[in-house]
Amino acid sequence: MDTSLIAETLYFAGHGGDQIEAYAARPLTEGRRGGVVLIHHLPGYDRETKEFARRFADAGYDAVCPNLYSRVGVDISPDDAAAAVRAEGGVSDEQVMGDVAASLAYLRGLDSNNGKVGTIGHCSGGRQNYLVAATLPTDAAVICYPGLIVGESPPQLPTMVPLIDHTPQIACPILGLFGNDDQFPTPAQVDEIEHALREAGKDYEFHRYDGAGHGFFSPDKTSYRVEAVLDGWDRIWTFFAKNLVG
Amino acid sequence: MCTYETETLSVTGSAKGPSGWFRATDASVYFDHPVHALDDHTLNVDIRRPADGPAARVALELTADSARELAEAILRILGEPGRRSHSGVESSR
Repeated sequence: MDTSLIAETLYFAGHGGDQIEAYAARPLTEGRRGGVVLIHHLPGYDRETKEFARRFADAGYDAVCPNLYSRVGVDISPDDAAAAVRAEGGVSDEQVMGDVAASLAYLRGLDSNNGKVGTIGHCSGGRQNYLVAATLPTDAAVICYPGLIVGESPPQLPTMVPLIDHTPQIACPILGLFGNDDQFPTPAQVDEIEHALREAGKDYEFHRYDGAGHGFFSPDKTSYRVEAVLDGWDRIWTFFAKNLVG
Repeated sequence: MCTYETETLSVTGSAKGPSGWFRATDASVYFDHPVHALDDHTLNVDIRRPADGPAARVALELTADSARELAEAILRILGEPGRRSHSGVESSR
């Protein structure tokens, strides 16, 4: 099986017409396929997120991760950019939605695109992906341990607001992956999210892992939980195969 | 990221970053995912001079226990008599 791929930095117009950086990974094989937008977490446009992009390309999807901190400047290390953004109060949901919309459009514009594009986000990216599912044309959304879909905004980051009220507008299937030892969100908060989705009649599936806390997909942290990760990837592949293939 | 809480403050002093010493003007303190430390959440401190760009920064990522011990040590040291800022230092920023 040919798993050749290309991974590259590219630039396109994001929210407000601003030129933003993005990392794209695409199979080099012929044929039509689905696309995946990756929404990086608040600590930034980092190596791990780019590794995820290449993993999606290896699995046969066109993947792109927009640098949500592009406006900090070029040639800034991801951690320095994240520190600067955090000190300034974070990025607005409106700006993130604009950048993700541009990324969806980039994927849909590829000759290889089969008309389907999904989205995935971890941590704050999972939270933002909940809003993507309610406001943008994504065909499937994966949310991994998203904080602040329910709860209260921290006074220091007023741009981070709860998103649960957007649940009725969600227009695509949702896959949620959570650790039962997580505090961001807590299991009780996951219950609240699930209740809202169920009450609104949405297409969703949640999987919760014992012995896993926040960030269990992070390979270089003590929070890594191999059993949850392996099952989580299986869930992601099945979910995207169902919703993005064909 | 998922704790979201961030304290920011103005500071006066100096820090040594990748390009050498700089006059620090700002600091951020938060409990969140580290870039380099092993724990999934750490107490992070950025000592910054944003006027010189995002890279003018010294970053610390400490376990919660280490951060508490450091904070207590700082307060113990500062509790000694006569350890106050001098107005002349403030004007050098």
